[in-house]
This record gives sequence, structure tokens and C-alpha cells, in this order.
Amino acid sequence: MHKIILKAANICHSFGGLMALKDVDFAIKSGEIVGLIGPNGAGKTTLFNLFTGHYAPTRGEILFNNLRISGLKPYQITPLGIARTFQNIRLFGQMSVLDNVLTGQHCRTRTGLFGAIIRTRSSKKEESRAHKTAQEMLHFVNLGDKKNEYASNLSYGERRRLEIARALATDPTLLLLDEPAAGMNPQETADLIELIRQIRVKMDKTILLIEHDMKVVMGISERVAVLNYGRKIAEGTPGEVQKNEAVIKAYLGESA
Amino acid sequence: MIGPYYLQLLILIGINTIMATSLNLILGYTGQLSIGHAAFMSLGAYGSALVTLHFGFPFLVSLLCGALFAAFFGIIIGLPTLRLKGDYLAIATLGLGEIVRIVFLNLELTGGAVGLRGIPKKTTLLWVVLAVLFTVFILSRIIRSRIGRAFIAIREDETAADSMGINSTYYKTLCFGVGAFFAGLGGGLFAHYMRYLNPNSFGFMRSIEHLCMVVLGGLGNMWGAFIGATILTVTPELLRTVADLRLLIYGAVLVLMMRVRPQGLLGQPLRNGIPLLGRFFQQARPKL
Amino acid sequence: MFIQQLINGLILGSTYALIALGYTMVYGIIELINFAHGEIYMFGAFVGLILVTVFKVPFILAFLLAMAAGALLGITVEYLAYRPLRQSSRLAALISAIGASIFLSNLALLIMGAQPYTFPSPFDATVYRTSLFVISKVEIIVLASSILLMIALTLFVQRTKVGKAMRATAQDKDTASLMGININRIITITFAIGSALGAAAGVMVGVYFRTVTPTMGLMPGLKGFVAAVIGGIGNIPGAMFGGIALGIAEVMGAAYISSQYRDAVAFALLIIVLLLKPSGLLGRTAQEKV
Repeated sequence: MHKIILKAANICHSFGGLMALKDVDFAIKSGEIVGLIGPNGAGKTTLFNLFTGHYAPTRGEILFNNLRISGLKPYQITPLGIARTFQNIRLFGQMSVLDNVLTGQHCRTRTGLFGAIIRTRSSKKEESRAHKTAQEMLHFVNLGDKKNEYASNLSYGERRRLEIARALATDPTLLLLDEPAAGMNPQETADLIELIRQIRVKMDKTILLIEHDMKVVMGISERVAVLNYGRKIAEGTPGEVQKNEAVIKAYLGESA
Repeated sequence: MIGPYYLQLLILIGINTIMATSLNLILGYTGQLSIGHAAFMSLGAYGSALVTLHFGFPFLVSLLCGALFAAFFGIIIGLPTLRLKGDYLAIATLGLGEIVRIVFLNLELTGGAVGLRGIPKKTTLLWVVLAVLFTVFILSRIIRSRIGRAFIAIREDETAADSMGINSTYYKTLCFGVGAFFAGLGGGLFAHYMRYLNPNSFGFMRSIEHLCMVVLGGLGNMWGAFIGATILTVTPELLRTVADLRLLIYGAVLVLMMRVRPQGLLGQPLRNGIPLLGRFFQQARPKL
Repeated sequence: MFIQQLINGLILGSTYALIALGYTMVYGIIELINFAHGEIYMFGAFVGLILVTVFKVPFILAFLLAMAAGALLGITVEYLAYRPLRQSSRLAALISAIGASIFLSNLALLIMGAQPYTFPSPFDATVYRTSLFVISKVEIIVLASSILLMIALTLFVQRTKVGKAMRATAQDKDTASLMGININRIITITFAIGSALGAAAGVMVGVYFRTVTPTMGLMPGLKGFVAAVIGGIGNIPGAMFGGIALGIAEVMGAAYISSQYRDAVAFALLIIVLLLKPSGLLGRTAQEKV
């Protein structure tokens, strides 16, 4: 239960000449819910993109279950057990809700060209298993009755939940949520907090989330890490971080 | 039963349907803008015609050889170029199509600019119908599978597809290979129907014609490709009485069509009036 | 021999550069491959030809009038085929551009017929010889006027208020319009200038190769676009550089590799550049934001 599953050491990342992350050390233990906060432009999403392989770090190393993943591509990292959602919601708009989630099962299925054309027994079996998993995920995020809608026709909150279901369908051990509560009303936010708790309890996932809504972060995270100008300035329990002077300064400016 | 004129028309509709559906897989389902489809057709046409002429292979085997030859080049061409997106991919495929044409124009084996003559006539309406059904059947099976979902996911959002564990380079290349295979099949049928091949019948304008069939019918719609192919094969024939005005009208119709119904005849208009297309295509230019 | 080929490539390349400028300026502003640009080039050549042969207009005046006519046609094409599609998908606009191109070349075919016309040379056949190369008067004039037009364009874009507005629009249309720039007017001006340059290239090629046909726009049109992509699409110095690089590569390829594969050289160069540096030789690479 306390095994470290993700470990990042001395991560640096620069865009052109701009250093987005400087010497960041970071680790997550199995089963934790960790919050990642910081002012806009602090490098939170960049860190996510490094974990999921969308960028390769300029310097430093990322280990997932003791396997070096820095430099791997996203499609190589996802099957290892890291899934994510996107800050700006990236669903497959012209696909049905069910098909969106089925795409999540892509890396857990094997059917090739031959199996797809002939519809071999094993490919049929695999497809029905994928459907079953996808349906379960949809029910879990409470979208079971919308499975035939186009994803682009869903409401904002539903889209956020669909993105989570799609990520869960890849069967990850670590789930990265990029501002899941952004743009939600208080009721939706409350439901989301409950959903995230359920994901850990019922599905046994480790969760790292970026969030600006402090009620969400402080409410569900066991540990919070704070980034500012590409550096990690604090880390600890929500209580500790809230009292940390560097964090207060970062959020309220030098005069505070 | 059917007069020779209508027979020819039906055969050409069939071959064009194969061309349009195979391009539809690349453009409509996977969202990769390729304007070099005629090159794959020519590879299949020359490939199958040459094995017929030189080795005397049976018709079906020649067709298969031509299609595999085209698929092989589809993959070779696809691997490096599919890293490019949108307009850049379009221009690269256009350039590659031109290179293929120029190579055929200068090879001795293919008869160069004089063309390749004396191909036996083997293509009949029955074969064409069977080939169309075969193409549509295989492509539908692929589209309604895990692979098809991967194609559509790439069209909708390549970054998100990547993070679902979809190796987009692999699937784009696969899609190019399959598309080229069926384009090659169409080319083989064409070669054994026309009995004569000239590289200039597979130029840039031919690729554009295929593109227009797919767009006219509606992207990402199997029936759309068939309807587009039928209309664009029959219309020039109907306009035969005004032969000189044919292409003039063709051009004007394309412009008007894009104004009136840019999503094609069977495409689904969405809330914001944007057709069923991928992220690249959907991106309307910013409001002015 | 080598120097001679270099000069020939430079002359051919300067006409490609003029065509490429039209593509690149339009792409820079509305992100559309203006497929009809090759036809505007052809149209320019015909207007020049008709003015010189039928109306006996002096060459310089015919040249300027052809540019004006090209500009007018460019504006018309934009107004009829592109403007209504500005909110549609880019693919729809591309198809419309292809339609416009087919329409214009067939219109020319209908009016002028398929036979080639000979452009009477307005210049005497003087040839200048140096120890390294030979150059004719026509060649000097083609090269000089291309360079002159490119300098004029650069000054216009860099120094004038309209030129600055064009650059601003290319960068960010929304912000530009908030700054009080009339975007529609800028797009019209861009089409006018780009098309005028394309028409100028058409007249020059007509005078240089002495033939004008309704289908003459297709290959140079494609190559002009290739040149623009090689230089980095949307980038004005890039188009000039790309055009000249393409002209030289083509002449060198024909001379030293194989003349039959002359047309393939351009496309091979395009593929190589796209694979090594997809944003073009002078273009900037942008990392996609996730």
C-alpha cells in the first residue's frame, strides 16, 4: 500500500529558452490522492505532459513502477498504467459516448486486421468484453443512459465525466486529472468530489489532480504539492501547505 | 441486355466507387488529407497489367498482385509523410503522386509516354460488382472494429488518441496501406478494362476527381462515396452534348456545392454547420 | 557550364518566386491554398499577349495592365469562391479553390482554344557573353524586373501602414480587427497584390519561353506552391528564397541528373524539405500545445 509507484527526479523542462520546470522532485505512493496546485503558468500541466509522454523532459528521469518512462511516447506509457484527462476536454466529438469509452479499451485489446475482417471467435469475445467494461465505466460515472449520444452533444459536466470514464477504461493504476472541476457549478463539483473518492475506494486507483478549486483539492487530497515558477516550493498535508509562508506569498504576492 | 454504352458507364461507376470508398477510409474516417490517390490507382493498374502481360497470371491473381503492389507503396510512402498534418500532408501526397506519374512516364518497362498496350480485356461488370461488394464489406468490417475506432479517434483528436494508447503512426500507415490496396484493386480493374494505360490518366486532376467524389457524397459515409462516385461519373456523360462546357460546369458546381452544402450530400451538418470532419478540417477560420 | 546553369536556374527561380509570393501571402492571411493562383498567372500571360498583339500596346504598359487585370481577377475569385466559405471547414474552401481553378482554365480553353500562342518578343535578340556565362537581354529583363518587384513588395510590407496591417492580420486576425484594422479590406489587398505578382510572372514567362497556353498555369502553379512550402509558407522572404532554390535545383537536376525527371526534382525537393523541416526552410517550428 505504501509502495512508490511514480518517481520523478531532478526534472527540468524548457520550451526554447523558457524554463517551465526546474529541478522538480516528485513521488506518489500507491493508493494516494495527491493534489498539485500553483498559480497559472507554474508548470503543472507541463509536469502532467511529462508523466504521460506528451513531452520528453529536457533533463531528469521519470520512473513508473521502477521502469524508466521519460522519453517514451504516450501510446507506450498508457498501457503501462497511466491515464489522464485534459484541461480543455479532448473527447472524440463525432463518436458516440460508448465508442469514446471503448477507445479507452484499445490498449487492453489485441484484435488485428485479420480478426477485424473475419470476426474470429477470439475477436468477438474480446469485443464483447470491451463493451462490458465500457458499459461499467459509463454506469460508474452515471452516463449509462447517454451511451448512444454523440459526445459533442453532452453538457459540460457530462463531458468531464465522460473523459474520466474514458481514462478509467484504459485500466490505469495512476489516474491524472487536469482541472476536473473547472467550469462546474457547486452541485457538479460536489458530485465530482464524491466520484473521485469512489474511484479510489471502488477501483483502487492512485490519483494525482491539478485543481484551482481549493475546496476540491483540500477536501480530497491527502497530500498537496505546490509549484511556482517551475519549482516545487512546498509539499505536505493540506493543513501544512495552507500555513506555508512560501505558498501564501506565491498566491497573494510578496506583500502578503 | 445492357447496351455497351451503359455497360461502360456502370463499370466506370463501379471502379470509381472503389476509388472513392478507399479514399474515404483515409480522408473521411482517419482524417488524413491525401491528394495522391490516383498514384495508388496507377501502381495497381501497372502492377497488375505487367504481371498479366509478362507472367500470364490469372486475372484474380493479377488483381491481387496489383493491389498488394499499391499497398506496399502506400505503406512505404505513408511511413515518412504521415507525420505531416493537414495542408502539408496534402501537398506531400500531391508531390509523391506527381513523382510516381513522372517515373511511369520515363520507365521503359511501362512503355513510357507512349503507354502500355495490349492488356487483355478481363474486367466484366460481374467482376466489378463483386469487387465493389468485396471492398465495401472489408472496409465496413474494419471501420466497425477496434481498428476503425482507432482511425476515427485519430481523425477527431490525435493527441487524445495517443493518450488512449493508440499508436497513431501505426494506424495512419495501416489506413494508408489498406486504402492503397483497394485503390490498386480499382486500378487493376481499370487496366484490364481499358486495355491501355497512360501515366497521364493518373495525374493530379484524377486525384482531385476522387477527392471531389468523397466530399460530394459526404465524408465518413460509405453510401456517400458511392453516390459521389455515381454522380461524378454520370454527370460528365450527361453533359456530353455541351462537351466544351463540361469541365467549366464541373468547376462551377464544385464552388457552388461548397457554398450550399459543404458537408456533402449525405454528410451530417452539426450544430455550427460544420461537416463530419476531423479537428483539422473542423477548425473554422477565426471569425472576422 | 556550372555558372551558366546557376544563372538559368536563377532566372527560372525568380519567376517561381513571384508565383510563390502570391500563394504565401494568401496562405499567411487566410490559411488557404489558393489553387486558382496558377490560372491567374495564365490569365496574366494572355492579357499581356492580347494587349501586345491585338491592341499594339507598348510592352511596359501591357505588363502593368496585365498585373492590374490579374489583381482584379484575384479579387473576384476571392469574393465569389472564398469569402462565402470563410466560416466553413478548410477542406470546403480547398475544394472551392480547386473548383475555381478548373473553371478558369476551362474558360480560357473555351475562349482561346487549346493551341499554343506565340508571344512576340518585345526585345531584340542581343546576347551578352562573358567568359563564364551567356545571358540574353530578355533574361536580364526578366531577372531584373522580378528582383525589382520583390524589393518593392518587401518595402511595401515593411514600411507602409497597409503592409503593417497585413502583417498584423497574418499574426492574429482577432487582435488585428480589435486594433481597428478592416480585415476584409486587407484580404482583398492581399489577393490583389499576390495576383498581380502572379500575373507579372505569367507575362514574363510568356516573353521568356515565347509560348502561352490555357493550361500553362497547372505546373508552374504547383511548383510555385511547392516553392512557398519549401521556403516556409506564410513567410515572404521564404517564398523568394524557396522559388530561387527550386529554380536552381530544377535546372541543376535536369543538367546533371536527368532531364526527363526535371519535373520530379521539384517534388522530390519538397518531400525532403517537408520531412526534415515541416515548417519550411525559413519557417518557424511551433510545438503543439497539449
